[in-house]
Amino acid sequence: MRGKWPVLVLFLPPALLLFTVFVILPMGEAAWYSFYNWNGYGLPSQWIGFKNYELIFRNGAFRNALVNNGLIIFISICVQVPLALWLATMVSRSIKGALAFRLLFFLPYVLADVAAGMIWRFVYDGEFGLVAGIWHFFGAAPPFWLADKQVAFYAVLGVIVWKYFGFHMMLFIAGLQAIDKSVLEAADIDGATGWQKFYRVTLPLLGSTVRLSVFFAVVGSLQLFDMIMPLTGGGPSNATQTLVTFLYSFGVMRMQVGFGSAVGVVLFIICVTLAFSYKRIFMRND
Amino acid sequence: MNHGFARPWRDTLLLAVSAVTLFSGVTAAYAQSTIKWLHLEANADRLKTWQDIAAAYEAEHPDVKIEFQFLENEAFKAKLPTLLQSNDAPSMFYTWGGGVLKAQTETGALRDVTAAMDADGGAWRATFSQAAVDGLSIDGKVWAAPYQWGQVSFFYNKALFEQAGVDATTIKTWDDFLGAVETIKAAGIVPIAGGGGEKWPIHFYWSYLAMRELGKDGFEAAKNGDGFTGEGFVRASQKLIDLGALSPFQEGYLGATWPDAQAVFADGRAAMILGFQNTATVQNQTNAATDGKGLTTDQIGRFLFPLIDGAPGVATDEFGGLNGWVVTANAPPETEDFLKYLLDQDNALLQVKQNGILSTTLGAESAVEDPYMQQIVTEMAQATWHQNFLDQDLGPNVGRVVNDMSVELVSGEISPEDALQQIEDAFSLEM
Repeated sequence: MRGKWPVLVLFLPPALLLFTVFVILPMGEAAWYSFYNWNGYGLPSQWIGFKNYELIFRNGAFRNALVNNGLIIFISICVQVPLALWLATMVSRSIKGALAFRLLFFLPYVLADVAAGMIWRFVYDGEFGLVAGIWHFFGAAPPFWLADKQVAFYAVLGVIVWKYFGFHMMLFIAGLQAIDKSVLEAADIDGATGWQKFYRVTLPLLGSTVRLSVFFAVVGSLQLFDMIMPLTGGGPSNATQTLVTFLYSFGVMRMQVGFGSAVGVVLFIICVTLAFSYKRIFMRND
Repeated sequence: MNHGFARPWRDTLLLAVSAVTLFSGVTAAYAQSTIKWLHLEANADRLKTWQDIAAAYEAEHPDVKIEFQFLENEAFKAKLPTLLQSNDAPSMFYTWGGGVLKAQTETGALRDVTAAMDADGGAWRATFSQAAVDGLSIDGKVWAAPYQWGQVSFFYNKALFEQAGVDATTIKTWDDFLGAVETIKAAGIVPIAGGGGEKWPIHFYWSYLAMRELGKDGFEAAKNGDGFTGEGFVRASQKLIDLGALSPFQEGYLGATWPDAQAVFADGRAAMILGFQNTATVQNQTNAATDGKGLTTDQIGRFLFPLIDGAPGVATDEFGGLNGWVVTANAPPETEDFLKYLLDQDNALLQVKQNGILSTTLGAESAVEDPYMQQIVTEMAQATWHQNFLDQDLGPNVGRVVNDMSVELVSGEISPEDALQQIEDAFSLEM
C-alpha cells in the first residue's frame, strides 16, 4: 500500500485532467446543449427543454437510421462474423497460397472507408459502373441500386460486409493460432470428424475471440459514417441513414447544434447500454 | 450550393497553388496588416484571377498582405460557425446571403459595411446594382459587398426537341411544359436531367412553382410569418408531384449529383435541364460532358420557367443566387478598401471575362460574351423580383428541409400537406 501512493499522486492527475477536459466536459456540454434551440453561433440562450428529443423521436429519418443500425448489427453478426470465421479456418491452414488469400481478404479493410465508399459508388453506378457493365453484358437494362429507396440499403450492407469481414477474419486467425495443436491431435486420435473437431474443440476454444469479434461488430456498426457519406450521403430519401450520418446531416449541416447534441446523447446512451450489457452478459469471463 | 465543376486535376493544381501562396506569405512577413481571405473556390481559373488581383493590390499597398484560406464547400458550411468565434477568424469570407448571413450577423462576429458603402456620398454603393445591395442588407444595414449573381432557367437541346417535334417557344405555362415533357418522353427521349442525390437541384422546381403560384407579395407574406402551409404552397407542391408522376428524369436521378445531371445534359442524354445562368457556356459544357466537349452554344436553347395560368407570378420574377463578401468584426481596417479594389469596375470586368461570372458591379455586364449570359443580364436588369435560393434565403435548417421535401414530393413519397407541415415545423423553430 505504501508503495502505491507516489505512483497515484504522480500519474493519476495528468490522466484525470486530460480525461476530464477531453471526454467528460464535452459530453457534459453536449448534454447541456441538447436542451437548447441553438444554431452554433454565440452562446445557447433559448431553453426548450425536451423539445429536441421529442423532435428526434418524431423524425422519420431517425427511425430509418435506427432500423438501419439494427440491420447492420444483424448482418454483421449473422453474415459477416460467420463468413469471417469460415474463411479464417480455411486460410489458417498451412496450405499453398493461404498467405496470399489472407492478404487478399484483408485488403478491403486496409482501404480507407471514404475511398471504399467512393469506389462502390462507381461500381454501383447505373450508367458506367461495373454492375451496369454486367447487366449490359446480359442485354438487360442496368439497375440504379443506390438511387432506389427499396434496394439502396441492401447495396450498402453488401459493401459493409465486403469492407469489414477481413478484420474479423484476422481476429479469428490470431485466435486459431493460439489453439494448442495437441488438443486437435488428441481429437484426431479419438476419431473425431472435421465438423466435430470444429464444433466441439475449435469453436469453444475460440469463444472469447468470437465474443470480442461480435463486440467490435456491434460498436463498429453504431459508428458507421465515413463510408456512407461518399456512397449515398444517407439518401435516397434518408433510406441509408445511420445514427451518425443522421447526426451529421440533421445536426451539423443544418446548424441545429442543439438538436445534433440531443442526437449525440441518444447515440451515446444506446452505445453505452449495448456495450456495457454485452460485456456484462457475454464477456464476463474473458 | 456548389457552383464549382472541379475535376481531380484541378484539386491537385489548387493544392499546389495554395502551397505556393503559403510560402509567399512567409516571405512577406514584414507586412503590417494581414487580410485573411477565406474562400471555397475549387475552380483553379477563378482562384488564379483572385490571386492576381490580390498580388496587384499588395504591390500598391506594401503594408498589406493577403492570405488565402481554402475550405471545401460543405466543410466551409460546417466549420464556419466555430471559426467565426475563434481568434483565427478570417477577415473576409464568401456568403450566399439570406438566413445564413442573418444568423451570422446576430452573433456580433461580423462588421457591417454600411459606413464604407455610404462614405463620400455613397460613392461605393453607387458602383453596384441596387437590387444586389438590397439583397445583402438586413434591417437597413449592408452586411456584405455584392460580388456576383445569377438566374436559374431551363436550357434545352435543340436537336432533341426537333426530333420529338416540340417547339420550345410555345412553352409558356406549366401545362404547356408538362405537355412537352410527355411528347418528348413518347419520342423515346429522356425529358429532363435531374440531380436528386444532392437535393438542391430539385428545390429549384419547388421554389419556382411556389413563386409562380403565390407571386411576390404572397411569397413575402409567407416568409414574414404567414408560413408555408397555405393553399398556394399546396398547389405548387401538387404540381411538383404531377411532374414527378410523368417520370421525366433520367434513370437513377435520385442518386445523381449535380455534376452527374450536367453530364447527362451535356452528353445529349436528356432534352432539358433547369440550371444556372452559365449552363450553356463553352467552359461549362466542356467541364460537364463526359467526352470533354459537350454541346455548342448554338445547339442549346433557353426558356424561362413556365407561368401558371391564373396565378399572380410573372415571367420577370426570377430565382437565382446572390453572393457577396462578408467582413468580420476584427478584420484589419484595410479589408473594406481591398474589397472596393476587388469589386471595382476594372477587376469586375476581369472576372467577367476570365471566369464567366455575372458581376453585380455596374458596367461589368458589357464584358459578358456568351449570348445566353447576355440575355440573363438584360433580364436581371428588368427583373420585378429577384428571389435568392431558398436553401440560403430561409436559413440552413428550413432550407435543407425545403430541399428534402422537394425530392420527396417529386418522387411521390409524401403528400403536399405533410411536406409543408415539415417545412412549417422547421420554420416555427427559427422564429
